[in-house]
Amino acid sequence: MTKLIASREALLMLAIAVLLGIIAWRFPAFVVPSNLLSVFNDTSPLILLAIGQMIVILTKCIDLSVAANLALTGMVVSLINIAAPDLPVIFIVLIAIGFGTLLGMFNGILVWKLAIPPIVVTLGTMTIFRGVIFLLTEGKWVNSHEMSDSFKSIPRTDLLGLPILSWIAVVAVIVFTIVMTRTSLGRAFYAAGGNPHAATYAGINVGKTQFWAFTISGAIAGLTGYLWVSRFAVAYVDVAGGFELTVVAACVIGGVSIMGGIGTVFGALLGALFLGIIANALPVVNISPFSQMAISGGAIIIAVIVNAQANRTTGRIILKKAEHAA
Amino acid sequence: MTTRSIPDRLQSPLERKLKSWESLLLLVAIGIFVANSFASPYFLNAWNLSDATFNFTEKSMIAFAMALLIISGEIDLSVASIIALASTAMGAAVQMGVGTEGLVLIGLATGLVCGAFNGILVTGLGLPSIVVTIGTMSLFRGISFIILGDQAYRGYPPEFAFFGQGYVWWVISFEFVLFAIIAVIYGVILHMTNFGRAVYAIGNNPTGALFSGIRVGRVKFILFLLTGLMSGIAAVCLTSRLGSTRPSIATGWELEIVTMVVLGGVNILGGSGSIPGVVIAAFVMGLVTFGLGLLNVPGIVMSIVIGGLLIGVIALPRLWSMWRTR
Repeated sequence: MTKLIASREALLMLAIAVLLGIIAWRFPAFVVPSNLLSVFNDTSPLILLAIGQMIVILTKCIDLSVAANLALTGMVVSLINIAAPDLPVIFIVLIAIGFGTLLGMFNGILVWKLAIPPIVVTLGTMTIFRGVIFLLTEGKWVNSHEMSDSFKSIPRTDLLGLPILSWIAVVAVIVFTIVMTRTSLGRAFYAAGGNPHAATYAGINVGKTQFWAFTISGAIAGLTGYLWVSRFAVAYVDVAGGFELTVVAACVIGGVSIMGGIGTVFGALLGALFLGIIANALPVVNISPFSQMAISGGAIIIAVIVNAQANRTTGRIILKKAEHAA
Repeated sequence: MTTRSIPDRLQSPLERKLKSWESLLLLVAIGIFVANSFASPYFLNAWNLSDATFNFTEKSMIAFAMALLIISGEIDLSVASIIALASTAMGAAVQMGVGTEGLVLIGLATGLVCGAFNGILVTGLGLPSIVVTIGTMSLFRGISFIILGDQAYRGYPPEFAFFGQGYVWWVISFEFVLFAIIAVIYGVILHMTNFGRAVYAIGNNPTGALFSGIRVGRVKFILFLLTGLMSGIAAVCLTSRLGSTRPSIATGWELEIVTMVVLGGVNILGGSGSIPGVVIAAFVMGLVTFGLGLLNVPGIVMSIVIGGLLIGVIALPRLWSMWRTR
């Protein structure tokens, strides 16, 4: 029980509750269920990407190319939709997942086979993916009227009172919770990041595990790419520009350790919701949307300080660790 | 898991120098220079080349400090946001009628304060620098957005224009001279002083460095201060060159600066790298951007080239050695 109360997730849930309480005190209309559901729907892309990013960060890597992957995949499926408007949407979804997976595998191969540091690889592929969008379109936009109706309708279609976009986020949370806690691949992600040497001796191929992490992150980014462009009914070079850092921020706030090995799907979900609620609440409470950036920056710093306190080893420190030495 | 083999004879100093990263990079730079002068008749023009230096002078000032920081095993992703905040502070001061000297002091002081803030969080609280500076990256630029919104500061005094637009002698700009002086200073600090050796030692083995009597925390704190100061200097130059301040100033520079440092042969994991390498990398990136610009290639396509260079220069030597040992 004490473990539950002290856990990061509980702390974050408390923070979210307090946040909602403050907003509700001034603007009760914000916390009515229908609005909360629309906030959830709005945050769904961030939730999806945060889950993928969490898996990558668990293995001691980072994927800065998710937003660029999303934009490129979104553009590719939009162009396919223009070329073949009659293609059933299920194929569009499969193409989006497949294409995103390929982009993720490209990152993964460079990290696994060539052992290039992930931050360098994804920094490079981030600019390359965005550049490729420009090469494909010469900077032109794909607008709403060029997309077929079925292409645009999927994320908005209601199913049991929730849009499909929200359902996809719900399903992803459930599926990846099971994968991370109940399968050997899921445990391998934790092992590869928590202690790579021990993982190697336990028969886990660390590089290959990292490759799979990037592949999953890429697949999710690809799917989100389709959902994003069809929901906003527009595709262009700068779609979701700078979103990769918001995704990393959601993970950090959700208690995922950037050093690898620590983090849960539920935490990533809460981190994403925290940022999503702030983004949606600011215009409601009449704070300039310009202050959103500073607030999420402050939230990241506070979150990482709190997480560091929680991880501090109790007991007498006999030898100081150099990393923590002042 | 690499196996280390001891060669039966050492390479001669000359051979080692010829095979070094810096010589390879210099070869690339010369190649790009020659290709550019064939590709465009406007390339070999003293004034055009002088203009081209503005592409990299401000970024590389920060890159030198960043190189030291990365060699010590840390990173600062907030540098471009520090530029935005310092520029905003200067813009606000202009509205209050502060003179040129005062503006420069305010710009540098803002940089130092931001650097100190990063430094305290990383060394004082023992937090991972990549997360801290992703947070401060949003925080610093977010403060600029709160202050400025969609507005801009103008009206800098005419004398202030010298820092970004002035020429010292013929085509030699003030910025270029400053770049050269800073390069020499950092070269001396890193390669000829105890402090420089300490930076390498910390990057290679922080625990070993601590037990050798190096004040790890203090050295890292100084490096964050220096990076902040350099961002302040770059902010003065850039603001002076543009003559106005918007909160979106220098967006995305942090990634270009990290690219420059890594291209210069600095190991992103810390422990190795050199200032001459970063200088050559600055020229390579400046020449590529300028040459492609003369050929009317849009900026985003240049970013593909930069991203490709970043991955390529690291991947190719590794591919080559894999192919040879086969």
